[in-house]
Amino acid sequence: MDLFTLMLAIPLISGLLLTVVGERAWAPNLNIIASLGTFLASALLTYEIVATGPRMAFGEQFFIDSLNVFLVTLTAFVGLTTSIFSGPYMRNEYEHGRLSVPRLRLYKSMFQLFMFTMLVALTTNNLGILWVTMEAATLTTVLLVSLYRTAASLEAAWKYFILCGVGIAQALFGTILLYFAAERVLGESGNSLLWTHLVQVKGQLEPTIMVLSFIFLLVGYGTKVGLAPLHNWLPDAHAEGPTPVSAVLSGLLLNVALYAILRCKVLADGAIPDNFAGNLMMGFGLLTLATAAFALSRQKDIKRMFAYSSIEHMGIITFAFGMGGPVANFAGLLHMTMHSLTKSAIFFAVGHATQKAGTQLIEDIRGLIRINPVIGWGLMLGTLAILGMPPFGVFASEFMILTNAMKYYAWATPILLVSLGVAFAAIFGKVQPMVFGETHARPLPHAPAITPVFVHLALVLMLGLYIPPYLTNWFHQAAKMMG
Amino acid sequence: MTASIPLSAQLINLFASVILLLAFAMLAQRRMLPLINLFAYQGLALCMSTLVVAVTTGQHHLYWSAGLTLLLKALLLPWILHRLVRKLHVRFDVESLINIPTTMLVGIVLVMVSFNVALPISQLSSTVSRGTLGIALATVMLAFLMMITRTKAIPQVVGFLAMENGLFLAATSATYGMPMVVELGIALDVLVGAIILGVFFFQIRDQFDSLDIRHMEKLKDG
Repeated sequence: MDLFTLMLAIPLISGLLLTVVGERAWAPNLNIIASLGTFLASALLTYEIVATGPRMAFGEQFFIDSLNVFLVTLTAFVGLTTSIFSGPYMRNEYEHGRLSVPRLRLYKSMFQLFMFTMLVALTTNNLGILWVTMEAATLTTVLLVSLYRTAASLEAAWKYFILCGVGIAQALFGTILLYFAAERVLGESGNSLLWTHLVQVKGQLEPTIMVLSFIFLLVGYGTKVGLAPLHNWLPDAHAEGPTPVSAVLSGLLLNVALYAILRCKVLADGAIPDNFAGNLMMGFGLLTLATAAFALSRQKDIKRMFAYSSIEHMGIITFAFGMGGPVANFAGLLHMTMHSLTKSAIFFAVGHATQKAGTQLIEDIRGLIRINPVIGWGLMLGTLAILGMPPFGVFASEFMILTNAMKYYAWATPILLVSLGVAFAAIFGKVQPMVFGETHARPLPHAPAITPVFVHLALVLMLGLYIPPYLTNWFHQAAKMMG
Repeated sequence: MTASIPLSAQLINLFASVILLLAFAMLAQRRMLPLINLFAYQGLALCMSTLVVAVTTGQHHLYWSAGLTLLLKALLLPWILHRLVRKLHVRFDVESLINIPTTMLVGIVLVMVSFNVALPISQLSSTVSRGTLGIALATVMLAFLMMITRTKAIPQVVGFLAMENGLFLAATSATYGMPMVVELGIALDVLVGAIILGVFFFQIRDQFDSLDIRHMEKLKDG
């Protein structure tokens, strides 16, 4: 079978299988094996694409180039490590009586289906299908956010559903307008929403329509990215859902939504003069960054705090892509990778820490370094990495973004620097006593899976010190795709 | 002047206006069951206008999408909502955060804004139904307003679905409907979304003993 088909088929089939067979002793292993299969297929696919260039699949319905294949690999990789992490984590939750057997089943099947929707969203060539799968990704995760059925988790899931639903409706309006603009050039056919066709005629698309269309698309998909002012669902959904869900929401879903914006930006740039789309994205990016940075210090819940940190980084990435140009695009892609790896590693560490402490309140989690040095160091190093300390990779990408901003958009530098400084002070000040300090914690019935944390952090560290030429080449190719 | 507009365009405009009128009626409706009925009528009007476009232009896939609209928006979803209301025993009045006359006034302003936004684009459109783009945008905005002002879960969802109606109207009025595969996908999403919400309502009621979402204001920063 074709590698690409295999990559999509594994999560879909295993998701359905996990729904049908229910919770068995081997179900967590099946979850891991399926994720491993998806990852291997995507890695091989990446190898193929980088070697031979972009290709189509299923007629022209799917399109894979170096930009999305990079996100596909990232998605599959974090999916794999999250499934490894979630095995013992979910069993611990079960032993603590927070989850029942049917919910464990729901979690696993929805996790695989969520992976499926994201992989389709990343590889589809049809902007309409992109919208459909983005909405489907919300639908698969909304029941996961409310998995604990507590009052707070239901509230979070409701907010998530309604806000993202409204946001995504705006994106649909944008897509309709885009189709309208495309139809005038390409004619009435099923091909008018295919990105590869659109990109060839992007210069001929009517600018008045494209302006409105891009605004709706940016606001719509931006809601899912967590761009201010429509970011309110994000901290709630991350804080109240189970930790593996927080990890994939933060590390993957936000990226996929941003990817949707990038694809639309390429079209908008072709049609609208004066870097309109880029300016809009820079504005939203800076607003998001500043809003999140100043909200960080008020957080009392550890997962909520790191959720705000995700919003902050999404702001930085949006700003980078808004600047455009080869360097900023390269930095944006690098930062996307770094953020995904680091943030999911942090959520893994936080997950174990909160299970040990039995609470998510920052002031009740103390002295992780004594109870379990591995988790303690994992959290500490992860925090340092996400705050942009050298030698971790986040430093490299943030440094590139900052220097590029200084060169071309000097006015933005103070906002960037102040926000990063405020975020540093807030997060470091809260994490430090959690790791070092007096403790009262409980032993866990199942030994936590620590490996994913350090695999991610090692990768981030490696990419901070040395990016292999193969990878650089790949990022350059992807950055070029965005023009 | 009137004679120069073909009958089909007049019919489409008529149905579009009915949709807008129903959006206002929903905004003013205080009771749960009539609200759901209004939503069903809106689905019906949407189906009719799609049908007129289909007959005029001879686009085959529009017949399908009209059928899909009828099935989903006018029959299935209202039926699901009716069942939910009966099972959950929430027939009581719908409460609004802002009083109804004020909401209506805000609604009128929204309609004017939408028409102005849509004007330059409508002029570019060559379809028979181009005048309706403003109406479609206005319907989306009114549904949005309804979601903001209502405090109970079910009216919020009705607002959400009405917004989908407005978007659908935009798709048929600006263009002749989206490609079939996209339309099917959207319909599937709406259906699955409605079912998940149904599950969700029961969870919310079990937890809060009410579907009033003002109980859900605990999650705040700091």
